[in-house]
This record gives sequence, structure tokens and C-alpha cells, in this order.
Amino acid sequence: MRRTLFLLAASTCLVPAAHAAEIMPLDRATILAGSPFDMKVEFDGVVKPGDVSVTINGEPAAGLLGKDATFIEREEGVDASAVRIDGVSIATPGSYTVEAKAGDETKSVTWDVYGTPGTPVVKNVIFMIADGLSVADRTTARLMSKGMTGGKADGRLNMDDLDYAAFIGTSSTGSIATDSANTASAYMTGHKTAVNALGVYADRTEDTLDDPKVELISEALRRTGGKSVGIVSTAEIEDATPAALIAHTRKRADKPEIADMLLAHQPEVILGGGSAYFLPRSTPGSKRKDDENLVEKFQDAGYALATDAEGLKAAGGSNSGRILGLFHTGNMDTALDRKFLGKGTVQDFPNQPGLVEMTRVAIDQLAKDPDGFFVMIEAATVDKMKHPMDWERAMIDTIEFDQAVGVARDFVAAHPDTLLVVTGDHTHGNSLIGTIDPARGEGRESVGVYADAGFLGYRDENGDGYPDDLNVAPRIAMFSNNFPDYYETWGPKLDDPFEPAVKDENGDYVANAEYKDVPGAVLREGNLPKSADTAVHAVDDVVLQASGAGAEKFHGYMEQSDVYRVIAELMALAPAKPGN
Amino acid sequence: MIRQSRRAVLLATVCLAVAAAARAGEGSGTLAFDELYGKVGVLGLSFSDKLRALKGQTVRMKGFMAPPLKAEAKFFVLTKRPMALCPFCSSDADWPADIVVVYLDRAQTFEQANALIEVTGTLEVGSWTDPETGFVSQVRIVGARFDRV
Repeated sequence: MRRTLFLLAASTCLVPAAHAAEIMPLDRATILAGSPFDMKVEFDGVVKPGDVSVTINGEPAAGLLGKDATFIEREEGVDASAVRIDGVSIATPGSYTVEAKAGDETKSVTWDVYGTPGTPVVKNVIFMIADGLSVADRTTARLMSKGMTGGKADGRLNMDDLDYAAFIGTSSTGSIATDSANTASAYMTGHKTAVNALGVYADRTEDTLDDPKVELISEALRRTGGKSVGIVSTAEIEDATPAALIAHTRKRADKPEIADMLLAHQPEVILGGGSAYFLPRSTPGSKRKDDENLVEKFQDAGYALATDAEGLKAAGGSNSGRILGLFHTGNMDTALDRKFLGKGTVQDFPNQPGLVEMTRVAIDQLAKDPDGFFVMIEAATVDKMKHPMDWERAMIDTIEFDQAVGVARDFVAAHPDTLLVVTGDHTHGNSLIGTIDPARGEGRESVGVYADAGFLGYRDENGDGYPDDLNVAPRIAMFSNNFPDYYETWGPKLDDPFEPAVKDENGDYVANAEYKDVPGAVLREGNLPKSADTAVHAVDDVVLQASGAGAEKFHGYMEQSDVYRVIAELMALAPAKPGN
Repeated sequence: MIRQSRRAVLLATVCLAVAAAARAGEGSGTLAFDELYGKVGVLGLSFSDKLRALKGQTVRMKGFMAPPLKAEAKFFVLTKRPMALCPFCSSDADWPADIVVVYLDRAQTFEQANALIEVTGTLEVGSWTDPETGFVSQVRIVGARFDRV
């Protein structure tokens, strides 16, 4: 027994010795020429500085990168050594092979440093993300908004007439699965990263703010020219997707720090929720742990402040050039609650603008910059309602997103030097499989499939693009292929947003008993681990669509990080310099 | 037998509540989530007159116990609705604004999140940072105990 243990220990020591060292940026990283990044080598054990060699294409790394390396004998909380060279860049495009050695430990990675054409094709980029957008959401939004007769759609979404499309791989560096941090980060940096990470490669130390940084699109635009940057989201503005434009952190939950990074970066237009992280802790409603007042600091920096729809309109008309619009202490309410039901937290925040108005004000403001702009516009609550399987709220938000796409399309039509990208960041495991009609029976017997499904009963008499009533029959039969324990109630949640499961005394998620007595409710035993509180993201490809200048560059299958490269090329962010 | 004794306790609680309400006038001493803040806005919340008036007094409040870090805890968050915090869409800091932090006078075992509880204790109002967890709260019930409703 003792011998077996010894052998096991020996083999676990031996195997990693040759392979465990890691180099960041990771193997096959694509790096924009001239873009600053932090390089880090993590050795598996403690090594002697004299034994360490790090080379790039055979030359000492410090020499090629023009900066001294820092040797860390024992990393904080890790019994192993590391080498860092921070804030370096490589100006000349090409293939770079990095080799790290220390005693028996060796590691080799290759980076693809890419340049861009010298002349930009694109002046403005409008990058629209419906968080968690699956193909089923497009289909369902079309059916609910436009209707269908004889198997043909009675109308088209704005998304339906974008010119080009690609399938996008959303996986993270550590897993086939993915979240809104690593996905948005890949779009906004051109580097894939780990779940929960933004603007960094994920290193092994516990500190979430020391991970090796890569350049963000907004930093690249500040470095290379004078374009304006806008961030619009219906989530907290510190949430993963909007944070991907301004944040470097291993942990998306570092929201007070992300708010500080937003202040440091100062994008010209900031519209969303999340004011709680702007308020000093002495103010009720604050989620900061210090006395900083970021609202005042933004105002001191010349921002026009808007806190509701009226204020947004006024700020849009001001000549301040910079707008900070904060419309909720947390996430903004869903379009269904904001526009129709008045549920959720709408009573407390009654005048929140919608995504369409925010999109219009952001684009109008940013378009005043003669150098052009980059704006990211996110329909965040699509994902936030798909997690708890509140399908009606998610679909109404998808329709709102599509109407915002309409605003962007109008701008592109008038400004052909604009690229419009419309995509999700990742998908969910939801599908539309037929219709639900209580006239067929109670519970599962109300579900109509194949020929029995027929068509949906939604009407849009007032022509606003939204169904007049959601509690119709037949209504959508949408299900998630993964779920915690929950009560299926076979209909829309017209009171507050759905909360399918709650935590019990063992830390397991159990069905929320609030829905037990809804007529026809059925307990569905989950197929996820009991630690899962809601439905999860799918690993399925996302569909990306594009129109406008350079849109034809999106086609086939692309990694999320490739999307950044296309945009960098179209905006000519790394033109060849004389001598290169 | 157990059921009977539980009913007796329940009855006793109801009687006490009725007696307290009769003694102190309608609604006084009981606090509802809707009554915490007078004005809610993007730039902050302001405490309600009722909350201010009850400061330092014994109050009763109904709500749901959010999952604490440990099963046996002296410190937990009372919420209006049962909470499910998603590790990827939110962090532990992502509580709704209308929460009340409860400090028990002695550790009690975590109650099912599906169960409505009533907390009784002394009302504290104003920003305070928990020295152990760093959790910042505005409204607290201290020296508290709770019962299942």
C-alpha cells in the first residue's frame, strides 16, 4: 500500500514536471500588433532564478519585448515560481514562439501577432448583444410579434434582414462551457479567457486584480485615435457584458472595482442600471464598501447625469458631449414589467427608459464625434429571464432588442461607413416545441405538438410590435432542456418574474413552493446538480449577423476572439509602420 | 402529539401578536418590507418615517431567510421573497435593496428558504459594516430570534 502511494506520488510529480508550466497569453493567442499585454510564465514548482530562461523566437524575451522580466520565487499563496513582463507589445506582425525553461520544466507556445490594413473601411461600429440569444428566441419573437399564416411568417424582424451571418464558438479557455464574462471579453479583446474573467488571462493566484491583462477595444481606440466609446445595457453597468469594455479582473463580481475602472476609462456614453456601486456606503441603497461618490466624480468630469427617461431625453439634447445615465440601483426591469405590467421593481423605478430610447440617444450623441465611435448595446434581461425560465419576459425583451436593432439599421442606412453586428454572447438550452392550450387538458395534456400545435393566439392590434396579451391560448410551449427542481405552471408569470428554485438548509436548490398551488402545476425533478439554482448556458454556437461596411467578413465558423480581429482590421487599428 | 404542541405554539404567537397590536395601536411594532424606505431612487434611498420612529424599539418582521454561509449562523439576511442567487449572473453582493440583516441573540439553525419566518428583535437603522464579513447593511434587527410562521 505504501509503495503504491509512493509510486502515485512519483508519477504525479513526474508528469506535470515536463508539462505543467503555463505561458500567458496562451498557445494560439491572436494578438493585435502594438497592443499592450502582460506576459506571465507560471512554473509548476519553485525554481532558481539562474535556471530560468524565457525566449521568444530564440531571443531572450526581455530583449525582444524591450522590458525587464520580474522573477517571483514564490507566488502569493502558491508554492511555485513565476516570471512576469507587464505592459509589453509586439509591433511587427508574425508568428512568435515563446519557450520557457527552468530545470526540467519546459513549455512552448506560439502567438499569432497580426497587423491590419492601413486604411480603415469602417468609421463606426454598433455592436449589439442580446445576452443568451438562442435561435429559438428569434423564432419565437418573430411568431409572437408578427404572427404566422399557412406556415409562413406574417412579418419580419429587423434581425431577419441583416446581410451576413456566421456561427460563433463561445467556449472558454478552461472549459467547453461559458459565461457572459469570458464571451464578452473575447469579443472585446480578441483573446479567449476563463469563465468569470474580463480583459485578463486567468492566472493561479487568488488575487482577482493581478491577472495578466490584455488590451480592450476601448483602450485600443484611445491608443490609436480619437473615436468615442459608448456602453449601453439594461443590466447593471458593472455586469459582465458592459464591463468587458472597460474592466480587467479575474472575477466579474468585483463590481465596485469595475465601477472604479469605468470612472478611470470614462467612455463618452454610459447608459444602464447599477447606480448602487456609484453611491458612498453611507447612502442607503449603496453597495460600495467605501465613501467614494462616483456620481459626483463623473459629474465633475463633465458628464450630464440622467436618472430616468425624461432626464435621458434632456441629456441627449445637452452639449456636454458625455452622458452618464443610471436608471436603477440594480438591473433594470424587463420590457414586460417596464412597458406593460408594472411588476418587478417598476413601482420604485417607474420611469426607466427602454433599450430603444437608450440606443437612439447613445447613437445620436456618439455620432457627433467626427472621428467615429464604437458602441456596445446589450439587451441583458433576455439572459436574466432565460435563467429562471421566464420565457415570456425573455421573449418580450428579445422583441425590444429587435426594435433597437431597427434604430441601428436606420443609422447604418444613412451612414454606410458603419458596421452593425448583432449577436448573442452565448446560448441557452431552450426551444419552442409547440403550443399550450388549457382547452386540451390540464398540465402536460395542455401541450400541443406536431399537427396538434396549430398556431399561436397572440394579437398585436395596436401595432406596437408586442403581443397585446400574453395569457392567450394557444400560447408558446417553450422548455429548457436543463433545469433545477421546479414547478412547471404551463403559462406566463404575470405577477413577478419567475424564481424556479430556492436553497434549502443543505445548500441544495429545491423547487420554489410559491408555485405549487398554481392550477395544473407539476413538480419537475431537475436534471442538473442540486447546486444549480436556475437553467444554465448552452455550449451551442451563437449566430452572429452583420450589415454595413465590411460585414461580409463574417462567415462560416469563427471563434469569438476572431470577431475582434475582423473589427480591428476594418478599423485599421494596426497599420504597418515604416520599417516593419 | 408533536403537531398538537406546534399548534399550541402557533396559537400562542397569534394571541401575543393580537395583544401587542391592541396594546401599541394598529401596525406599530410590526414592520413590512414595503415600509422600509420612503423614497426609492437611483441616487439612493431614504428611510421611511415609520422606520425612523421604530428605531431602537422592538419590532416584528416577516420574510424569508436567505441562504447563509453556514447552517448554524448568528447573522443572516431577511428578504421579501425567497432568494436564489445565481453564482454566474450575480455575486453574493447582489442582494436587492430592501433587505434586513438579522443578528440573532444565539445561533439558530437555518430555516428552509421556502418557509415564511417572523423575526423579533431591536431595530437598528443606519450604515454599518459587519466586521467579520464586510457586509454593509442599512437596516438591522439585533438581539433577535425567529420562528416559523
